Amino acid sequence: MSHELAKCSPVRALSLSASLSAVLICASAAQAQTITAVMGTPLRILDPIINTSSIARDHGYMIYDTLLATDAQNKVQPQMVDKWTVSADGKTYDFALRAGQKWHDGSPVKAEDCIASIKRWGQKDTLGQVLMDMVSELKVVDDNNFRVVLKEASPLVLQAFAKVSGPALFVMPKRVADTPSSQPIKEYIGSGPFKFVLAEFKPGVKAVYEKNKDYVPRREPASWIAGGKVVHVDRVEWVTMPDHLTTANALLNGEIDYMESVPFDLLPMVAKSKDLKVVPTGTPGFQAVYRFNHLIPPFDNKLIRQAAMHAIAQEDTLKAFISNPKYYKTCAAVFGCSSPYASNYGADMIIPANVKKAQELLKQAKYDGTPVVLLHPTDNVSSVAQPVVMAQALRKAGFKVDLQAMDLQTMQTRRASQKPASEGGWNMFMTIIRSVDIMDPMRSYTVAANGKKAWFGWPDVPQISALRIQFARATKPADQKRLAEEIQKQVIDEGVVVPLGEFQPQAAYSKRLTGVLESPISSFWNIKKSAK
Amino acid sequence: MLDFIARRFVATIPVIGMVAIIVFAILRLTPGDPAAIIAGDAATDDELEQIRQHMGLDKPIYIQFFLWMFQLLRGDLGFSLISGMPVAQLIADRMGPSAAIAATTIVFSVLVAIPLGVIAAWRQGKMLDRAVMAFSVLGFSVPVFVTGYLLIYFFSIQLGWFPVQGYKPLEAGFWPFAQRLVLPTLALGSIYIALIARITRTSIIEVMNEDYIRTARAKGVTESIVLLRHALRNAAVPIVTVIGLGIAMLISGVVVTESVFNLPGLGRLVVEAVLARDYPVIQGLILLFSFIYILINLVVDVLYTVFDPRIRY
Repeated sequence: MSHELAKCSPVRALSLSASLSAVLICASAAQAQTITAVMGTPLRILDPIINTSSIARDHGYMIYDTLLATDAQNKVQPQMVDKWTVSADGKTYDFALRAGQKWHDGSPVKAEDCIASIKRWGQKDTLGQVLMDMVSELKVVDDNNFRVVLKEASPLVLQAFAKVSGPALFVMPKRVADTPSSQPIKEYIGSGPFKFVLAEFKPGVKAVYEKNKDYVPRREPASWIAGGKVVHVDRVEWVTMPDHLTTANALLNGEIDYMESVPFDLLPMVAKSKDLKVVPTGTPGFQAVYRFNHLIPPFDNKLIRQAAMHAIAQEDTLKAFISNPKYYKTCAAVFGCSSPYASNYGADMIIPANVKKAQELLKQAKYDGTPVVLLHPTDNVSSVAQPVVMAQALRKAGFKVDLQAMDLQTMQTRRASQKPASEGGWNMFMTIIRSVDIMDPMRSYTVAANGKKAWFGWPDVPQISALRIQFARATKPADQKRLAEEIQKQVIDEGVVVPLGEFQPQAAYSKRLTGVLESPISSFWNIKKSAK
Repeated sequence: MLDFIARRFVATIPVIGMVAIIVFAILRLTPGDPAAIIAGDAATDDELEQIRQHMGLDKPIYIQFFLWMFQLLRGDLGFSLISGMPVAQLIADRMGPSAAIAATTIVFSVLVAIPLGVIAAWRQGKMLDRAVMAFSVLGFSVPVFVTGYLLIYFFSIQLGWFPVQGYKPLEAGFWPFAQRLVLPTLALGSIYIALIARITRTSIIEVMNEDYIRTARAKGVTESIVLLRHALRNAAVPIVTVIGLGIAMLISGVVVTESVFNLPGLGRLVVEAVLARDYPVIQGLILLFSFIYILINLVVDVLYTVFDPRIRY
């Protein structure tokens, strides 16, 4: 080629060189159109309504769209919906869909699809279930319009439709959304910004998404889950890597573009690279919590629950998990430290350890030495260290503790048992919860205290159930704030769920990527990838 | 011989049947619930029960067993409880990386270990023998993930010769396929070289004391002919046994190597299925591994007759 160029006139040679450079740049740009990402956990379950894991949710956001969405100011914004109106009595909500929305098979999105999706989601989601009890009619007005009629006025409709996760209200074609909520869907067609490539899906290995060229993004700038979902790449590949060090090495070596969750101990190694950027992911972070079994001794006794709460210090458990305080904070708020409903009530009981107070309460409660069976999932990196610290803190206060090591699956099965501890039951477990899922009394499943219908631990505090209903009906922010504070007080006093502090995971990505959004989910719209 | 092979194949049926029963029983006795994985952390008891009913996990265990056996007799391994995909397809997708790493590791190990073992036996008690045995001890002692990380650090991060991780099938081209197998082969090979070299050395030293070796030497046969034609061939039976077992282990159980080098093989599939209590996948895999073990044992038995004509079945 250089020989041929030598024979050309300078102008022609220059023009040929320019063409060649353009071809090379184009080829390089063409290669740059795939983002290879390693997500926190592998994708195995493709139904984001039935499965509430973060990875199923993020898969949902890739291929489905939502009626409404929450922005970075925690405000509800339209997404598939063009506009909505609320009747003067606050009971009737009319929604109009944006024009031109299509399913990935090319057929148009209709109001009947939205109604079917709301019904399926409403059976699974805790907030959806509350909403469905308040709904008197879900009606298709025409292909582009539908109506929600409530039995009584409530702002819950918008909050629920814009819910970020746990699960979000992903809209599916009616034929898919008609699948019973106890059965996983078998067709993966949405109207979202990416199409799922089923032929390349290998559970636990790789999931592939292609740009949905028919997707019409909103015009507003992207903010959290709301705004324009503009896709700048052709393809996104989620690759599973079971080993974190290998993933970090692959990122450093330029083999992958994005690592969703960098273990805290590897952050210094990744942050040193000039080619990588480290940012918070899954904002506003995660809350560690522990839960008592209210049905059986010793934690069927409120004083003994409070003794345990005084015995355990948040910072001790956080330090055991994350050594760098930059990434965690102590906080008593049951709705999350960054929630508009955050309250500090109970901080003196659950943030520092007060062994003396714990011992006094145990004496007062006449604790008889019944062993506390504390479940300890040893194969889960985010909940392996804390139970050990908790056990020692409880022992220090005078509890007899039986720390039982098991895998996460066994723990998840075991905690459903309501039997006595000696027959396979349990007394305490700790887990990690997305802060965005617990930001208010209706979204938070951990504060529900309706006895055996509540989440594992089965607290029965009728006052909390009554306060949650009042919250659902409250229309003024000041009333909602007051009710949330009352719920916090009840939750802490009764030991319904006990926060162990919050932490902020960090993602790392190649500086070739620009436009990565800070959001509760890992989204791949808005991202541009430059050539090397 | 053909009669022997046919009999051995027929004998696999009750063995695999027993394995199926034992695996099914053990899995059902193990605590865990696939419904909890599907429903996620926030699921209530009622939701879990609905999912269990949908998956048929609420049926009595003997009914679940007969349904599974009926499926098996039709050649159907069933569907994954978690992903809903056919078990046969999940296994087939993971066979490639496992078979590739097993093949490269065994070929590499045999090519390096047997000469090392022969040399060590020939120079028994000398410096060379000690060096080979020291390498063997090191190969056994250093965990494969340490070797793996060191190889990645030097050859991928520092020198940039090989990718850190991943697998490409042969259809993607020979070099993309081969370059991703080099480091895992070296990491795993260190263990198998150590094992095979030790066995080769021991077997040859044992054979070297036999009368026919002394006779060969007395007849003036050169030392290399004595070692390679007389000693090695007669020492082959234990070596072949170890190699056979090595192949079976490489296909079914190199989880750590698969994780460190991100090879999507069968070992990782086993761990994922066990952690998720994905019963049909675990059952399918255990049956496959049993069959592989039986098949490899059969091949090893047949090879005995090749290396030692005195052995007859």
